[in-house]
Amino acid sequence: MRLLRLVPDDTKFGFLRIRPIAFAISMVVTLATIAGFLLLGLHVGIDFKGGTLVELQAKQGAANMQQLRARLGTVNVGEVQLQEFGGPSLVLVRYGEQPGGDPGQQAALKRVREVVDADYEVRRTEVVGPTVSSELVQMSVVGLILSILAVLIYLWFRFEWQFALGAMVATIHDITVIVFFYVVTQSDFDITSIASLLTIVGYSLNNTVVIYDRIREMLRKHKKMPIDELLDEAINSTLARTTITHMTTFLALLGLFFFGGEVIRGFTASMLVGVLICTYSSLLIAPSILIYFGLKTGGFGAAAPAPAAASTKVKA
Amino acid sequence: MLNIVRWKATLILVTAFVTMLLAAPNIMPQSWVDRLPSALRTHMTLGLDLQGGVHLMVQVDADAVRRERLESLREDIRRILRDARVQILSATFQGNSVVVRLREGQNAELANTELRKIPQPLGGVFSTSGQFDFEVTRQGDIFTVTATDPGLRERISRAVTQSIEVIRRRIDQLGTTEPVIQRQGIDRILVQVPGEKDPERVKGIIGTTAKLEFRLVDQSMRVEEALAGRAPADSVVMYEEVKEGGRVVQQIPYLVQRRVIVSGDELVDAQAAFSAQSAEWIVNFRFNSSGGRKFAQVTQENVNRPFAIILDGKVVSAPVIREPILGGSGQISGRFTAESSANLALLLRAGALPAPLTVVEERTVGASLGADSVAAGTRAAIIGSIFVIIFMFATYGLFGLFANIAVMVNVTMMFGLLSLVGATLTLPGIAGVVLTVGMAVDSNVLIFERIREEARMGRSVIAAIDTGFTKAMGTIMDANVTQFLAAAILFYLGTGPVKGFALTLGLGIITTMFTAITFTRFIVVLWLRWFKPARIPM
Repeated sequence: MRLLRLVPDDTKFGFLRIRPIAFAISMVVTLATIAGFLLLGLHVGIDFKGGTLVELQAKQGAANMQQLRARLGTVNVGEVQLQEFGGPSLVLVRYGEQPGGDPGQQAALKRVREVVDADYEVRRTEVVGPTVSSELVQMSVVGLILSILAVLIYLWFRFEWQFALGAMVATIHDITVIVFFYVVTQSDFDITSIASLLTIVGYSLNNTVVIYDRIREMLRKHKKMPIDELLDEAINSTLARTTITHMTTFLALLGLFFFGGEVIRGFTASMLVGVLICTYSSLLIAPSILIYFGLKTGGFGAAAPAPAAASTKVKA
Repeated sequence: MLNIVRWKATLILVTAFVTMLLAAPNIMPQSWVDRLPSALRTHMTLGLDLQGGVHLMVQVDADAVRRERLESLREDIRRILRDARVQILSATFQGNSVVVRLREGQNAELANTELRKIPQPLGGVFSTSGQFDFEVTRQGDIFTVTATDPGLRERISRAVTQSIEVIRRRIDQLGTTEPVIQRQGIDRILVQVPGEKDPERVKGIIGTTAKLEFRLVDQSMRVEEALAGRAPADSVVMYEEVKEGGRVVQQIPYLVQRRVIVSGDELVDAQAAFSAQSAEWIVNFRFNSSGGRKFAQVTQENVNRPFAIILDGKVVSAPVIREPILGGSGQISGRFTAESSANLALLLRAGALPAPLTVVEERTVGASLGADSVAAGTRAAIIGSIFVIIFMFATYGLFGLFANIAVMVNVTMMFGLLSLVGATLTLPGIAGVVLTVGMAVDSNVLIFERIREEARMGRSVIAAIDTGFTKAMGTIMDANVTQFLAAAILFYLGTGPVKGFALTLGLGIITTMFTAITFTRFIVVLWLRWFKPARIPM
C-alpha cells in the first residue's frame, strides 16, 4: 500500500528568502486590524457590554420575523436585533442593556417572554448585567496577558531570550490576525471568543515551540552554518510534521464546524482561521524574527562538548 | 532502550485499564451503574448547556447589609443608653456612622464608658488583627459610632455565607438533582439548577428575603393621623398589599411598633394547611422554646389587641389576639392560595436571607436545545475522529493504526479522569476534547517523523525507532508544557464554560503525555518483538 505523502521527504523551500514579503503582509494586516478596530470596532457580544440574548424556536413552522419584530417593538427594550440561527424556525433575539440596573434587565426579559410566549418556545436566555460584563472584560484581558507572560518565562528558561521574544511576537501576531477576523466578519466577540483566542495562543505556541526546538538542536550541531541556511533547514525538516498536524487538527475542526451545532460554530470558525494563521506564522514569522533579534550560529549551547567549536569562536 | 520491563508494561496496562473503568459508567445503562460499588460510580455531569437548566449569578445587596448594620447599631445604642439611664436628644445616621447627641445635663462620662463597650475585635476575642468592627469618637456631648470598613466587609462576607446556606435549603426543597451553589468573589453566589426549565420559579424562590416578623400594632393614634402628621418615634407605617391576579389593587396602611416581638429566626417548622373553619389556606408554624416563651408573654399581655405579621416589610395580616398563645405554635392567615401558602411555608422553613439578592447574570438553556447540542456535539466528535483516523492511517499506515489506538486510549483515559474528578462536560469542553485529540495526534506525528528521518539516514529499524522516540520526547515535552501553562491559567481565571474547556484541555495534555510517551511506545515495542520487521513500513 502506498502511503499518503503531503510533503516530499527532502524539501528545500527558501522560507527565509520570502520573509520580507511575509513581514510586509503581516505588517499590512496588523495595520488593517488597528484601522478596522478604530473604524468598525469589534462587534462585542453581550458578555462584554451587557444585554440580553434570547433564542426562540417557533412552535409551528418558520419564524415570522416581521411579526416578531413588531411584537418586540411593543415591549420597549430599545433596538432589537433579530437573526436567523441555523434554521428557519430558530431566531436569535438580542437587545442592549436596559435602564434600571440589574433588576431592570430582569423586568425587560419578563416583558419579552410574555409577548413571544404564545408562538415561540424560549430555548435559551442569557442576561448579562452591567456589573458582570465589565469584570469579564477585565478578567479576560488579564488572562490573556498572564498566559503569554507565563509561557514567555518558561521559554526563557528552556531556550534563549531571542526564542522567548520571538514566540511572543508570533503569538501577538496571531492574536492580531484573529482580532482582524472578528473585525472583518463583525461576528460577536464574547467569552467563547476569548476561549478560542486562548486556545489559539496555546496552539500557536505549540507550533512555534516545535520548530524552535529543532532550531536549537541544529544550533548545537552546526556551529558554522550561516544562520539563514540553518533556519531554512530547520523549517524544512519539520515541514512534514507541520503539515500533517495542522491537517488533522483542521479536519477535526471542520467536523465540529459543520456538524457541531450552531452554538459552537463561532468558536470553531475562529479556531479554523487560527490554525491557518498559526501554520503561517510558525513557518514564516517565528523563525525569521530570530534573525532580527540577533541570533547567530556558533554562540549557542554553553554545554557544547566540542572544544574545537569553542576555539573557532575565539578566532572569529 | 526499546526493552520495556515487565513491571513497566504492567503499570501501563493497569493505568489504561483503570481509567477506562472510570470512564465506563458514562455509557452504561443506569441499571448497571446502580449495581456498581459506589467508588466505581464515577461519571461526568453534563453542563447546563447540554442538559438544559437555569444558571443565575446573584449578588448580595451590600448596601442593604450596611443599612441594616447601622439600624441595629442605633437600636443597640438606644438600648445601652436607656439601660444606663442616659437620655439622648437624637441619634442620626451620617455616612457609615450613627451620631448621638445627649440631652443637656446628662452624664456624658457614663455614656462614654458604655458606648466604648460596643466595638468588638474582628475575627473574635482572640484575634490579633487589631481591627475592630466599630469606632467611637467623642466631641463633648456628641458621640459618633462608625462602622469600620473591615467590619462591614466581614459582615457582607458573612451575609454571603448565610445566603448560600439559605439558598441551598430552599433549592433542596425543590427536589432537583445536583444543584450547584457556590460563592463567587466577594459578594456573589452562583446558582445552577440543572433540568429546571422555569427561571422565574428559581428567581422567585431565591429572590424572596422571607424575613418574618411579629410586631404589635400601635394603637396610640389612628393610622390616618400618623400618615398625615408624625408617627411616634418607636412606630412606623407599613402596608398590606391586596392582590388580584398578581396585581396590587389596594394598599392598607398599619401603624406598627418598631420593636419586633419574635422574628422568623425562632421558627422551627412551617407547613401549609387548609383551614376548614375559615375555608382558606393558612400556614401553621411552630416556635422554638425561647420564641414560644416570648410569644406567650406578649400575647398574654395584649389580649384583644391586634398584632401584625410582617413578611419582607409588608404586612401579611393583622389579626386580633383572642387568647394567649401558649403552646409555641400558631398560624398565619392572609389571602393565600394553595400555591402561595406552600411557597411561604417553604421559605419560612428554609430561613430568611440576611440581605436581599439581585440577579446580575442569568443564562437558561431549554432541555430541547440541550439535547440538540449533545446530539450535534457527539456527531461532530465522531465525524472529526473518523477524519483523523482515516488521515492518520493514510499517512502512516501501520504506524497510523498504532497512533489511532493510542489516541483512542487517550480519549478514554481523559474521560476516565474527567469522571474521576466529577467534571462537568460542556460544549466548550467537547471542543477541548477535540483539541486534545489534535495534540495527541501531533505527539505521534512528531515521533513518526523523527523515525522517518532517522530511517532515511540509514539507521537500522531498532535504532531509528529508538532515536526517533528519544528525540521527539523533548519537543513533545516543551510543546505540551506550554499548552498546559495556558490551560492552567485559563482554568484559574475562567468561569463556567471557559473553565470546563481549560479542565478538559489540561487533563487531556496529561493523558497525552502519558499515552504518547508510554502507550504508543508500548505497542511499537510489541510489534518489533513479535514481527521482527526488516524495515519500517512508513
